[in-house]
Parts: sequence; structure tokens; C-alpha cells
Amino acid sequence: MKLLYFAWVRQRIGVGQETVSLPAEVATVAGLVDWLRTRGPGYAEAFRDTRAIRYAVNQEYVEPDQPVSADDEVAFFPPVTGG
Amino acid sequence: MAVRVQEADFDVGAELAALTAGNHKVGGLGVFIGVVRDTAGDAAVAGMTLEHYPGMTERQLAAIEAEAVARWPIEASLIVHRVGRLAPGENIVLVACASAHRQAALDATAFLIDWLKTKAPFWKLEETADGESWVDARESDDAAAARWRR
Repeated sequence: MKLLYFAWVRQRIGVGQETVSLPAEVATVAGLVDWLRTRGPGYAEAFRDTRAIRYAVNQEYVEPDQPVSADDEVAFFPPVTGG
Repeated sequence: MAVRVQEADFDVGAELAALTAGNHKVGGLGVFIGVVRDTAGDAAVAGMTLEHYPGMTERQLAAIEAEAVARWPIEASLIVHRVGRLAPGENIVLVACASAHRQAALDATAFLIDWLKTKAPFWKLEETADGESWVDARESDDAAAARWRR
């Protein structure tokens, strides 16, 4: 599974993208966040308040209950501020 | 109908001329140009860096443009958004819509920039005397986008 992080989520985690093996117990985006939090202090800080996080699976916005599978590209980022 | 994400500046005159070249059904263009301000609240801004999500950005911009085409009789439209480091006064974004009549052109342009600001995955990192900080999303932008919801 390909994971992408942008803006301050990327800064807190320390990398912009990584490839991980999806743990068997992770079924949704929310489950993925819970697992990522356990991977280190940067992850825990990035996902401390998930109200400030938006999610995309395969480049489409999704809600935290969205199912995920091993082939997915999942992105985590703050609310957008372009324009 | 076109969307582009680029580091380079854009030439507004050349972009608009190309947008409507040869199409004489066009009676008017709506245009919005976003520019880097030199202030954020009380703080002086030395510059900003625009980050985006390559791939998703283009998909979102194309989807936003398709929605505008579905709602208004648009002859031609264009979104050009810059990324990378930008100084005060520099262009950030160009949105243009051409239509037979002004109301459609102006409304579609406003719709495009309002939706872009809340849906397209760009983020601004601002430089002030206090250092660098990520710009927070504004509720007023959500409200501006919400008026187009239906």
C-alpha cells in the first residue's frame, strides 16, 4: 500500500510517501490511522487531532469509514488552502 | 477546457487570447487572478511555498471544471495554478471562463475559484518574521463554496 503525506502531516511524519504492508487487522482509513499512530512519535503527533486531517483513497476524497485494500494509494493531509 | 499546474508564471493576455481564439460565439470572459499578498493579518509575508498532490490535483481541477460546464453554457474555460516558492505580487492562480453572455461567464468563474479553494489539494506555507507556518483553511472559504451547493 502506498501512503502519501502532505503539508504539516508530511513534516511531522518526516517523509512524503512510503510503501507499507497493510496489517491484517486494518480494514478502513480510520483503522489505518490508528495503526499509523503506533509507528512513532511523529505519526502520533501528526494524527493527534484527526478533525484537522482529510483523507483521499486513490486520489478521491473519502470519509474515515472508507474500506482500504493493499493496492490502494491513501493520502493524509490538512484542509486545502490553494487559490 | 484545460487545467494546468506549473511552477512558471503565466501571461494573462496570452492565456486569454488563446482561450477564445477563433471562437466567435464568445461574448464575454470572466477572469479571476489570485496574487500573493505581502501581509497575513498583522504579519509581513516575505513569500510562500505552494505544495500540491500531483495527480489528485489535476483530477480535482478537471472534476471542478466539468461541474462548471454542466451548470453553465461555457464556451471555453481555463485553470492555471502555480506551485513552488512565490514572492509577494506574484501570480498564484488564473481562472477564466468564456461564454456567450456575461452572467454565465462571471458566475462560472466565481464557482470555479470558490470550489478550487476548498477541493483542490494545494497547501500554502507562509514565511513571516516568526518563521514558516502552514496557512489555515478559512471558514469563509467554506461558506463561499457552500453557496454553490445544490
